[in-house]
Amino acid sequence: MNTSLSWIKAYVPGLDKDAQEYMDAMTLSGSKGEGFVRLDADLENIVIGQIKKIEKHPDADKLQICQIDVGTGELVQIVTGAQNVAEGQKIPVVLDGGRVAGGHDGKKTPGGVKIKKGKLRGVESNGMLCSIEELGSSRDFYPEAPEDGIYIFEDDAVVGESAIHALGLDDAVVEYEITSNRVDCFSVLGIAREAAATFDLEFVPPVIKETGNSEDVNDYIKVKVEDTELCKRYTARVVKNIKIGPSPKWMQRRLSAHGIRPINNIVDITNYVMEEYGQPMHAYDLDTIAKKEIVVKRAAKDEKFTTLDGQERVMDEDVLMICDGEKPVGIAGIMGGENSMITDDVKTMLFEAACFDGTNIRLSSKRVGLRTDASSKFEKGLDPNTAELAMNRACQLIEELGAGEVVGGMVDVYPVKREGNRVAFDPAYINGLLGTNLDEETMLSYFKKIELGYDEATREIIVPSWRQDLVWKADIAEEVARFYGYDNIPTTLPKGEATTGKLPFDKRIMSTARDIAEFCGFSQGYSYSFESPKVFDKLLLPEDSMERNAIVISNPLGEDFSIMRTISLNGMLTSLATNYNRRNKNVRLYELGNIYLPKTLPLTELPDERMQFTLGFYGDGDFFTMKGVVEEFFEKIGLCEKTQYDPKAGKTFLHPGRQANIIYKNTVVGYLGELHPEVADIYGIGEKAYVAVIDMPSILEYATYDRKYEGVAKFPAVTRDISMTVPKEILAGQIETVIAQRGGKILECYELFDIYEGAQIKDGFKSVAYSITFRAKDRTLEESDITAAMKKILNGLEGMGIELRQ
Amino acid sequence: MKEKLRAIRENALKQIENSDALEKLNEVRVNFLGKKGELTSVLKSMKDVAPEDRPMVGQLVNETREAIEKILEETKKKLEAAAREAQLKSEVIDVTLPAKKNNVGHRHPNTIAQEEVERIFIGMGYEVMEGPEVEYDLYNFEKLNIPANHPAKDEQDTFYINKEIVLRTQTSPVQARVMEQGKLPIRMIAPGRVFRADEVDATHSPSFHQIEGLVIDKNVTFADLKGTLEVFVKELFGEATKIKFRPHHFPFTEPSAEVDVSCFKCGGKGCRFCKGEGWIEILGCGMVHPHVLEMCGIDPEEYSGFAFGVGLERIALLKYEIDDMRLLYENDIRFLKQF
Repeated sequence: MNTSLSWIKAYVPGLDKDAQEYMDAMTLSGSKGEGFVRLDADLENIVIGQIKKIEKHPDADKLQICQIDVGTGELVQIVTGAQNVAEGQKIPVVLDGGRVAGGHDGKKTPGGVKIKKGKLRGVESNGMLCSIEELGSSRDFYPEAPEDGIYIFEDDAVVGESAIHALGLDDAVVEYEITSNRVDCFSVLGIAREAAATFDLEFVPPVIKETGNSEDVNDYIKVKVEDTELCKRYTARVVKNIKIGPSPKWMQRRLSAHGIRPINNIVDITNYVMEEYGQPMHAYDLDTIAKKEIVVKRAAKDEKFTTLDGQERVMDEDVLMICDGEKPVGIAGIMGGENSMITDDVKTMLFEAACFDGTNIRLSSKRVGLRTDASSKFEKGLDPNTAELAMNRACQLIEELGAGEVVGGMVDVYPVKREGNRVAFDPAYINGLLGTNLDEETMLSYFKKIELGYDEATREIIVPSWRQDLVWKADIAEEVARFYGYDNIPTTLPKGEATTGKLPFDKRIMSTARDIAEFCGFSQGYSYSFESPKVFDKLLLPEDSMERNAIVISNPLGEDFSIMRTISLNGMLTSLATNYNRRNKNVRLYELGNIYLPKTLPLTELPDERMQFTLGFYGDGDFFTMKGVVEEFFEKIGLCEKTQYDPKAGKTFLHPGRQANIIYKNTVVGYLGELHPEVADIYGIGEKAYVAVIDMPSILEYATYDRKYEGVAKFPAVTRDISMTVPKEILAGQIETVIAQRGGKILECYELFDIYEGAQIKDGFKSVAYSITFRAKDRTLEESDITAAMKKILNGLEGMGIELRQ
Repeated sequence: MKEKLRAIRENALKQIENSDALEKLNEVRVNFLGKKGELTSVLKSMKDVAPEDRPMVGQLVNETREAIEKILEETKKKLEAAAREAQLKSEVIDVTLPAKKNNVGHRHPNTIAQEEVERIFIGMGYEVMEGPEVEYDLYNFEKLNIPANHPAKDEQDTFYINKEIVLRTQTSPVQARVMEQGKLPIRMIAPGRVFRADEVDATHSPSFHQIEGLVIDKNVTFADLKGTLEVFVKELFGEATKIKFRPHHFPFTEPSAEVDVSCFKCGGKGCRFCKGEGWIEILGCGMVHPHVLEMCGIDPEEYSGFAFGVGLERIALLKYEIDDMRLLYENDIRFLKQF
């Protein structure tokens, strides 16, 4: 929403702030200013001059020498190339040292163009005559300006006065961010009312006089509203003997400042009233209205209709139409029809000011694919009481401007009159909510400023109908706060009973995950929750894989963001690829983010959101580097039992011989592996890459920060080394399981210290060596203890076809 | 005998004096005091001494021994010190050679900002809570006073899964979920991911993060909201930060406010960073709307409360002067390493 400051000042006569002061204060009282544009920012020292004498330039055919009266008593000589000037004309003159906004071609120069006196082909020139473009505007907004040449004032312009003022350019246009609850402020009058209250000044809205001749409008038109839900009020008046012509300059200037092109008196009046009251109006050529009847009803399904912009559009049953006795003549609240629009030949006109249901207009405008100034006003939900005011204001302007003869009376279909709300006045509640200590009188004085009434008998605030946002006592409290000033409300801290600050357990575990990842050299990345369904193919997932059951967004930003991820790897691989492409070396990344697993598809309940701890790297390191990170993390969160690794993880996107499920207490809690070279190619990662994914909810039930001190060993440890010839297919993990299970209570730890495959080892076997350490907490171990334990271990290993090497 | 001992003593002292290394010194010790040393052999020849002279000779031998031992010890210390000195000299390093680093990874600026905010509010007795990212329309909108067809639903450019389920557009639904549990008083913050249908550019992302705050108790006031947020911004952006509350509108708070903080680059004078305004918009807040309280089963006549929501990326961008939001989701290691 934009308003010109001068238009606001017209209704708040005492307002003498400049644009910045005005905007700052308005912002603090709730009408947030987003900025302002001073129309004369680049205009300086420009006056109205009168050309007294024109002579030809002696040395240039296209130049003329003008002697100009600028009201100083002395004539100023200016050389001009303009051809449309004549003696006696009044024109804008920028004097020596002044500035204009830009060139004659309409291009503006930031900061303006400085005009200095000088010589043009040997003849002194002390300024410049200005075109409307040089003044920073255009013929769109000043239609009276000549197509190519100097702007010519009317004869009543006063020589020597400011041309900027005369053209209405000494104004600023303020842009506001109006919130959706303040429908009333989408109008000049609404903003002016707020301005008056903000600066504690008198608000002087236009006085609407009675209009119309002695005829009765009901003899001209009948109105029937079939759908009173969607059309809460319909008012109509008739104007005859229309004289189309330009609107007066003052009206054109105000419209121009709002960026609206003046067209003719009738169009300008409807636009003017729409700006002033926020109420859209429409004018029909009454001679095109069949049976002199207006019917407001829903369109038929697939009904076609041509709007006044010449476009054919398709309706449906939820679009409200304005029809005459035979056919539709307009889409209610959105745009009139080509078949009924007024032309320069119009003789009699039907004026419409109605109130349509905001939601319906918003949805219809979306479906029809047509959003207009009118629809954007209606969709906010207007006050039906404004329709009548706006209608009468428009007719008053018709009369004042001599644009036609207004027929007496108004057709008004208004089945349920909108009354203002009544809200209990509860000063204790207001002070309690705000933390203030204001007395009743102060509060009531604020209400008065914004035209809220007070019923002393019932102790109720009487809310005007345009303030549909005031319903609750809290709403009234906000009005008090706004005018008392948010800045003046004290600053305290909540007093109630003390509460304990807490970080929940899962977030603590996530924090440890971050710490460990970072200790291990991984930096944290973030990737999107939605991705492309192509991801599944990129990861070589089979057609029937569970991961393909993803939640689909019904209105995505495009296919690439259309499904909720069911696997966290794509983001990681994409990030690794980005780094690889940018030639970053040794990149290690991790991410903590959700995947979204639907319980059913289509979704009937919320999906299972599972936090994934995803790690990935390329560069220095291998599979076991990644495995190390996983185990460091597990140890830190108290997963003290041995983690198992099952190479049969079945991940299509990982190297078939270098992948494993991570198993803790017989539960798969994640997986890790080397990226399948084909997948690496698809993503464009030109090095071996390793990934690990840990499903955080799965490990959460085992995680703990509880620890028990077990004492530091007092008795000596005994270590035995064993060297074995092991069938190739037996995994180290299997050997370790045997050692762990059979080592007994005295087994302290074991460590792989050599693994070898090659020449000295027979085919199908490998050499593996472990160092096994025993210790008892309460005594020095005897040789017999060790022998017994080792025997059990060796028996177990032999059972697997493992031979002890001597 | 006496003469012999003196000769041994003099000879020993001389040899000690001539020892320039610990090994030599040790040889001297062995030569004189060892099992087969000269002094030892004197002791061994005691049997040849007349019994009446033995005490005197014994004393002489002991004196000689002590004298030699004493000098031996002193010299040993000197030599050891010299050796240590020489060793240290030989071990001098160039301390300006490069460090051997562990190459510790880096936290994402979003997370740093989030942990910072969490730290501040946990310190004030707030509990960190969470809610689902894929959320019912009911919680994302309806229970927050945004009924069907409310224009705010359009404004927020919601991603829909279906009519009932959306990607949450704000962390505010956590408010409704926590209030519904009915455990009062409430002091919580809820950080989390939210989604809006904005095309990606330097200042927009279809997925970003917010932190919601909610306090519900008896006698909670707008003044308390102001005080709490003042503590927060001063802790986050520095003690000199000024804070400004502007009236605004949110469907689920009344009164509502937007909060600006004084530009921490120029201190409020106006600069390029704050677009010349001296102030930077940082969060939205307000008193929980009585209708929202009612819908969550809390009596607005007995309880009141405040809520606020702050964009995590906004804090990270401002705090670290990051000029393009896209950097946060590219995960370029050269970017991440700076935090």
